[in-house]
Amino acid sequence: MQPVLSLRGISKSFPGVKALSDVQLDLYPGEVTALIGENGAGKSTIVKVLTGVYQPDAGTITLDGQDLRFPTPDAASAAGVTAIHQETVLFDELTVAENIWLGHAPRGRFGLIDWTAMREGAKRLLDSIGARLDPDARLKDLGIASKHLVAIARALSVDARVVIMDEPTAALSHKEIHELYELVETLKAQGKAILFISHKFDEIFRIADRFTVFRDGQFVGTGKIAEVSEGKLVQMMVGRSVDQIFPARSHNVGEPVLTVAGYSHPTEFADIGFTLHRGEILGFYGLVGAGRSEVMQALFGITRPSKGACRIGGRVAVIRSTAEAVEAGIVYVPEDRGRQGAVKGLPIFQNVTLPSLGAVSRGGFLKMAEEFKLARDYTQRLDLRAAALDQDVGLLSGGNQQKVVIAKWLATKPRVIILDEPTKGIDIGSKAAVHEFMAELAAEGLSVIMVSSEIPEVLGMSDRVIVMREGRIVAEVSGAAMTPEALVRAAAGIEEAAA
Amino acid sequence: MSAPATPPAATTASTTGRILPNRLQSPLARALRSWEALLLVVFVLVFAINSFASPYFLNAWNLSDATFNFTEKAMIAFAMAMLIIAGEIDLSVASIIALASTAMGLAMTAGAGVPVLVLVGLGTGLLCGVVNGVLVARMGLPSIVVTIGTMSLFRGISYIILGDQAFTGYPKGFGYFGQGYVWWVFSFELVLFAVLAVAFYLLLHKSTFGRAVYAIGNNATAAQFSGIRVARVRFLLFLLTGLMSGVAAVCLTSRLGSTRPSIATGMELEVVTMVVLGGISILGGSGTIPGVVLAALIMGLVTFGFGLLNVPGIVMSIFLGLLLISVIAVPRLLRRK
Repeated sequence: MQPVLSLRGISKSFPGVKALSDVQLDLYPGEVTALIGENGAGKSTIVKVLTGVYQPDAGTITLDGQDLRFPTPDAASAAGVTAIHQETVLFDELTVAENIWLGHAPRGRFGLIDWTAMREGAKRLLDSIGARLDPDARLKDLGIASKHLVAIARALSVDARVVIMDEPTAALSHKEIHELYELVETLKAQGKAILFISHKFDEIFRIADRFTVFRDGQFVGTGKIAEVSEGKLVQMMVGRSVDQIFPARSHNVGEPVLTVAGYSHPTEFADIGFTLHRGEILGFYGLVGAGRSEVMQALFGITRPSKGACRIGGRVAVIRSTAEAVEAGIVYVPEDRGRQGAVKGLPIFQNVTLPSLGAVSRGGFLKMAEEFKLARDYTQRLDLRAAALDQDVGLLSGGNQQKVVIAKWLATKPRVIILDEPTKGIDIGSKAAVHEFMAELAAEGLSVIMVSSEIPEVLGMSDRVIVMREGRIVAEVSGAAMTPEALVRAAAGIEEAAA
Repeated sequence: MSAPATPPAATTASTTGRILPNRLQSPLARALRSWEALLLVVFVLVFAINSFASPYFLNAWNLSDATFNFTEKAMIAFAMAMLIIAGEIDLSVASIIALASTAMGLAMTAGAGVPVLVLVGLGTGLLCGVVNGVLVARMGLPSIVVTIGTMSLFRGISYIILGDQAFTGYPKGFGYFGQGYVWWVFSFELVLFAVLAVAFYLLLHKSTFGRAVYAIGNNATAAQFSGIRVARVRFLLFLLTGLMSGVAAVCLTSRLGSTRPSIATGMELEVVTMVVLGGISILGGSGTIPGVVLAALIMGLVTFGFGLLNVPGIVMSIFLGLLLISVIAVPRLLRRK
């Protein structure tokens, strides 16, 4: 069979990162191809190349034997390539029909929108995917699954031949997932070529015909699902050449510092319990959405757990606010640096002293000389690159802003520092510096929790790893049991017997 | 531009790498290029033009009289400035004055003495601040909506109590706050204005609380992620604004000697104008108390000067509007070139 769409030799770089390097991908009519890879393997990048959001640096896109370029998302959709995204971009205040046709509504006389044609077209598209929805219903009155159907109908409204589904089941219930599977069958029967991106092995084996595996932005392999085992796929996903060197660590851990028991939240996580020791680096691995950040933010007093207790140094700690967390000695370096990291608009030194205002003031009044001293001591240790301490933090590079955030926390002399995806989106060189620094902190007796979705980083830095899935701790591994396969299996929920 | 300020000697011997200077620009160079410097120029210009335009302008007693048209507004503007820097706003301040004044009137009818009257005025203001603060800081409602609501609510209560009546006949000693003089031409209100200006300067620019206000105004989420008690700071700011509205209510009621439910109508917009003219970003995060002080003086002088020249009130408000727009627009136009 001839593929509808072929990608060959696609490469794409961003400053400091090579996101895709000479990858290939084929999609066949009436078949589902699963794209498999860890977080950061390049799956999202290839989707953006396919839909005209990114322009590849090199490589060819062939549709029906013709070489094509997609200079804009419109060009991709005109060529019949359409994507249904993880977080569907739809408009709550518009009707179902308007959402489906927005941007390419059928026109009548004088260029006005032909509402009748629009409603009928919407009805036809919805019927074709077996969705019984009123075209005039407002989107905000629909459930999440119905919204997905609208998104799919919208994708088909451009006469799609290639449909990309990027983790479509991530937000759906069990029943809704089954309805989606049926829909995929319908689309297959209509001869559409489907690219299905998922982390869930059970669904890959249920609905995919073929697979393609990416790893670290490179093509690893492709084939028919019927001819491969789960174990083989996992191995293809994680098996890597050792190209990252991690700092040597002594793994001497001391007495327990933080003990969490029975931490639960109504929606985000349940029954979380673990112990963190002095000088230890504890890794938290899981898929995106497994609830790791939510647990950490509860420990830091951003959200409040509904149940559970937390002890620091043997004493029960009640943490109802970030201020109380800092007092208790728990600090958090967030993943969302733009919004939650440094306070842009304030100078560097004021950012560093923000959680330590009590230490640089007398009777509520600030001592500026002490502020500068504290800021200088800690930014220097992190080798901050800036022109002066009164420079606006917003003018610094992302990596240096991250240093200001870490300096701010070290200045509070914490007992536990939580780093949420500390090296996400930063270049290899800076990554190594962050790893060095983490090892140094642990060696000085600080206890570190590192949330990371990068397996080499988790394995390379951690003394122990806790794996979370769907809001629960599903595995805790240490020593020789710390293998890429063990982490991926636990995170994806693959039974040991299935190997 | 000036030479960078010399960094102090290295603090720790063990540190490596280069040493960051404290400042890129000396504080003086920074001050000269500031908004406040521009306001100072405007102030001097307005003063000079007024001196030429009217022979009655340069008279200590006339100038002293002129201060009454901004002192009460400025008291509220100081607190409002902090609130706006933190990214919030309180449009109910004029209505708080009405309610506080009405409460004082009721207390007077019940036979309260001067100290009790003052306490009732301040207490009512504080209480109104608590209402706004709970709704915004604890319940997370947007402050502009909440205070538009309480703006109608507070004044509405005054209208229900007073109807078309007025409270008059405040005790003699009560007149001191709005009509008395501390020394020579310096009225109680003017002295209070000066004292509050210094107090708010220290609070906003020198205290840990003021730093938290700036952090919240620039990025409330990041401030929370830095261990700042964001809700508490917001709540205290509404309390402070309510209290200052109470202070203004005492002064205004004392000066007028009576309470009508229409007292201070529209004052909230004049207060916000004063704050914005003072260089406080309406989006939050920046601005200073000296800027607000200068804006208060400029607005006072313009009003007074036009009054001496018998310019009608409507022309005055047109001029203030143009002044506000041009003072904000001119630096932006200059920067573009």
